[in-house]
Formats: sequence, structure tokens, C-alpha cells
Amino acid sequence: MLKNFEPNKIFSITSKATKYVLFVFIIIISIGLIEALIISPEDYIQSHSVRIMYVHVPSAWIALGTFSIIAILSFVILIFKNKSFILIAKSLAPSGLVFNIIALVTGSIWGKPTWGTWWVWDARTTSMLILALFYIIYILAWRIYDGREKVHRITSLIAILGAINVPIIKYSVDWWTTLHQPASISIFSKTSIHTSMMIPLALMTASFALFSILIFLMKYNTELVKIKNKGLDRL
Amino acid sequence: MINDIILMNGYGIYVWSAFAFTLISFAVLYAVIKVQLVKEKIKFDAKYLTLTSDKKKAVGAQETYKGILASNLVSKI
Repeated sequence: MLKNFEPNKIFSITSKATKYVLFVFIIIISIGLIEALIISPEDYIQSHSVRIMYVHVPSAWIALGTFSIIAILSFVILIFKNKSFILIAKSLAPSGLVFNIIALVTGSIWGKPTWGTWWVWDARTTSMLILALFYIIYILAWRIYDGREKVHRITSLIAILGAINVPIIKYSVDWWTTLHQPASISIFSKTSIHTSMMIPLALMTASFALFSILIFLMKYNTELVKIKNKGLDRL
Repeated sequence: MINDIILMNGYGIYVWSAFAFTLISFAVLYAVIKVQLVKEKIKFDAKYLTLTSDKKKAVGAQETYKGILASNLVSKI
């Protein structure tokens, strides 16, 4: 099964897929923006500031999801020494970091009208900031140790260590008393969001996920061409 | 109607700045990754053009190189 992830096989797909992903992304984000900014209703307590949710929540979900995937891949890399996964994990990091920064900044902008402050050192915001630091350390480690044998081990260990923070972020609003509201959407129980707000949230989440895939594909191709460039030097 | 969408009961500045920050971040990230990709492809093309015909044949026989060559400028020259 792992052979399906060989760069040679993946490149033929990734090089062609980007334009289709970009096309679908533009369509979905256009509909999502109209829904989020114009069609969806205002909240009875937060008024129009609730619209920030449509960029803040999907960004946080994707930042968390991306880091979880990097951590799982890193675990496999450490055990099975799978080289294909190294390239995938490395290519996922830039979009994950940008989504994490978007979640922090839009959260801060949302905090001002709702909490009366740009930033609070509460459990959710602080743990998200720690996640951003892990992303930065992960990307920096690739830059610092690039080309050296130990780079895979160091980056994998950083990702696995950072994964400890993922459940802390998820359950921080339940474990500690925080200003941040608890989760409104759950897979296992009834969600507390009305359909009129759920539709734009779903559309924006889908478009953000597509953008994350697009960046991953482009970064993956870049890394692969970089490797093959080194290969040409050795010929 | 337009004023309502822009001002949003006084929350417009927060909402629009959050959306603007998100979209600008997307544009910057896309541009940075695209530039990196194009740079690497140009580098690849430059190296490929300096290869001898035997080496070019050897490179062309490999799957990944074929894929890169197909998407690069060199294939269009």
C-alpha cells in the first residue's frame, strides 16, 4: 500500500491536479463569501461580528487537522522510515502555519468587539499560539538541517511532541474556565448552530480545505523538482 | 442596503478586516509557493539544457523526470 505514495506515481497526479483544485476553490469560496457576508443572518447577541466565525473556525480546524496529519505521518516516518511520507509531511506545513496565523489574527479581531480585548492568555488562545510555535519550529528545523541525515528524525520528533498539544487545544474549553466559547459543532451530538449559519460555515470550510490541498500540491511539486534538480547534478 | 453590508451595525471594520486578512494571506501564500515552484522549474530547465544527449535520454526514461519535463518550459522550446 505504501508504494502508492511513491513520488514518481504521485507527481503525475499532483502536477495535473492543481489547476482543477484552483478552479473548484474559486467557485466554492465565491459562493461561501456571498453566503458568509451577505445572505447569512446576524446573531441575536453578537450581531454582525459573528460573521468572523466563517473565517476563524475553518482556519482553526484546518490548522489543527494539518498538524495532526503531519504528526501521524511523522510517527510512520520514524517507525517505517518511509521516504514518501517525509515529502508529504514537509509539504503540508506551510499551509498549516498560515491557517494557524489566520485563526489567531481573526480570533483576536473577533475578541475586541465580543470580549473587549484583542488578546487574553486563556487556555484556547494560548494553546493555539503554542501550535503556531510548533509549526514555526518544524519549518525552521527543515531549513536548518536540510540535507543532513538527522533532519527526518528531528522534524518527526518535533511533530510528535507538538501533537501532545492537539488534544489540549480541543478540550481546553472543557478542562479550564476560559473566555472562549465551547464547541458548537460535534460529530457525536446535536450541533447548536442553525442551518442558515451552518451552510456558509460548511462552504467556507470546504473552500479552505481545497486551498490547503492546492498549496500542498504546489509545495509537493516544488520539493520534488528540487530533489530531481539535485539528481541532475549527480549525473 | 450597501451601507448595511459595509457598516454592519458598527461591526464592519472588524468583519471586513478579518476577511481581508484571510484573503490577503491566501494570496501571499499562493504567490510565494508559486514563485518557489517556477524558480525550481527554471533551475531544472537550465541544468537539463546543459546535459549531453546520452544523459538527456537517461533522464527522459525516468517517470518523474518525464513528468517534470512535460510541465516545464524546456518541453515547449
